[in-house]
Amino acid sequence: MIEKKKDFLLLKIATILIIILFIFVAQRNFDTYVIRILNLCGIYVILGVSLNLINGFTGQFSLGHAGFMAIGAYVSALLYMSPELKEVNYFITPLIWPLSVIQIPFVFSLIIAGLVSAGVGFLVGAPCLRLRGDYLAIVTFGFSEIIRVLFCNLQNITNGPLGLKGLPSYTNLWWSWGIAIFAVWFIKNLINSSYGRALKSIREDDIAAEAMGVNLFYHKVLSFVVGAFFAGIGGALLGSLVMTIDPNTFSFFMTFQIIIIVIVGGLGSITGTVIVGVLFAVLMEVLRSVESPMSFFGLNIPGIPGMRMLIFAILLMIVVLFFHQGLMGNREWSWEWLYYKLTRSKKEIKEGS
Amino acid sequence: MSLNIFLQNLSNGISLGCLFALVAIGYTMVYGVLRLINFAHGDIFMMAAFFVFYAMTIFSLPWGIACLVAIILAMVLGRTIERVAYKPLRNAPRISSLCSAIGMSFLLENFAIVVFGGRPKSFYRPEFFAKTFVLGEVRVPGVNFVTPIVSIVFLLILSYIVYRTKTGLAMRAISKDFDTAMLMGINLDRTISFTFMIGSGLAAVGAILWALRYPQIWPFMGVFPGWRAFTAAIIGGIGSIRGAMVGGFLVGLLTIMIVAFLPELAGYKDAFIFVILIFVLLFKPEGLFGEE
Repeated sequence: MIEKKKDFLLLKIATILIIILFIFVAQRNFDTYVIRILNLCGIYVILGVSLNLINGFTGQFSLGHAGFMAIGAYVSALLYMSPELKEVNYFITPLIWPLSVIQIPFVFSLIIAGLVSAGVGFLVGAPCLRLRGDYLAIVTFGFSEIIRVLFCNLQNITNGPLGLKGLPSYTNLWWSWGIAIFAVWFIKNLINSSYGRALKSIREDDIAAEAMGVNLFYHKVLSFVVGAFFAGIGGALLGSLVMTIDPNTFSFFMTFQIIIIVIVGGLGSITGTVIVGVLFAVLMEVLRSVESPMSFFGLNIPGIPGMRMLIFAILLMIVVLFFHQGLMGNREWSWEWLYYKLTRSKKEIKEGS
Repeated sequence: MSLNIFLQNLSNGISLGCLFALVAIGYTMVYGVLRLINFAHGDIFMMAAFFVFYAMTIFSLPWGIACLVAIILAMVLGRTIERVAYKPLRNAPRISSLCSAIGMSFLLENFAIVVFGGRPKSFYRPEFFAKTFVLGEVRVPGVNFVTPIVSIVFLLILSYIVYRTKTGLAMRAISKDFDTAMLMGINLDRTISFTFMIGSGLAAVGAILWALRYPQIWPFMGVFPGWRAFTAAIIGGIGSIRGAMVGGFLVGLLTIMIVAFLPELAGYKDAFIFVILIFVLLFKPEGLFGEE
């Protein structure tokens, strides 16, 4: 019988060990294409979970995730690129002084990327979170567009629309999955703490929450800043994975992909976001075949460019219209849940007989 | 800057402003009755331009009739979107209809990429619109004469419908109080559909004028005019038709004048409009003509 907390803890540690073993095997034996998809899975999970914290758990509809990702990607890239590489990239307008000579290890650049992104999240969130619902959506969208336009124009910092090319590929499964696990763990614990209950109460009814003594401003900003932090790190990992970034990588299209993951997975369910995040990364690759020409038994079917996103858009509309809750609603999967589910159904069978 | 160049910019600004006003009204009317940001509005705008294009190339209709057909089709499209994507969610939480609106916008854009192709297409311009007229020293393209006139005619028709007819009265009643309007025997579905049709029709007119100005159409052409018009609607006070007209006018004029007076900031012109939007929302969220 496993009734004690300790046993569940062991189960959880075992799960994480299995994942680590899987990463170890995968990183060594799988081919680069599969590893790339697995990396994308991890990154989508980070981005999805962080957006779900803002949109799903706190109920503040943000459309600014791409902006935070752009900040993360650029900050980290400017820090981990070698001075020689920077010189090659900035052949039109040279990079401004202190940045042009700095190079720091990847891990620190990730942390700084997250912190800068969180700082910007605070600057944006503090004034804007006074706005409700759709107004917040517009302001955050406006913010991500402003970031995009700024990055297109600040040539001596971001290299403008030329973007940064040939970034060193540091992202591997350890980074992407490790941070994904950390993000899920961190946000799950945040949700289950008193902070999390305050966030959910704001989502359900902000006036009632305030009447019960929840500091609305503090908690909204908190969730926004944490979301921005992980979005920045996710953006940094994505930048190092695809090895080339430009401001238009982080357009509204990017935010939209994350929104699909969060809504289809269920606003307010980490489990749903994780499942759909992984599925999304895999499906994006699998459905690539729809867009390339195929031949069945001598019959040539021309590829339809753009078909993938149309399929996702239709899927999203189906979920929004017919399954309001998404895949998981606000339920979560855990070992405890599984255990009680199994034992209870056994008991019921016994009682029935 | 010489007076001539200023006048030239002024004519561009006025005609662009009228255009934004037409599109902004669609946003403001839908927000007024449903409290919903119709993200798909910019894409109805885009679809209307394609309707004109295909009516002329595939069905070889003359230009004028093609425009008429496109306006009617856009109205049908707007009504269909309302029926399919917004009506089932009318009693759901606000966030669901917001998701639905964003999803619908994305669906239309991707549909356009798959069906129409992502490559820009050139839009037919009758000779008058392409010609540039020289008045003294000021050079004014033909489209700058037509846009304000057409816009003002449509805005007058709209004002008549909203302020002088029974349907208009019903629309204003719904925007004041949804439930009471229903109790007073107003046919909610019909009025809301009508609102969407008017908004989409005006968007189609805007799209045609836009395409005459920038004769290239592509699936994402609606995104930026859409957002600018939406900004205009907010600056004017969302829900207020007069506000949308004034707001659209201001945004159009500002867009042109920023580039004209501060050419070194031209690259930032898209950001500038969003900065204005954010400041308006933070300091005067009800806009110029909106109610508290």
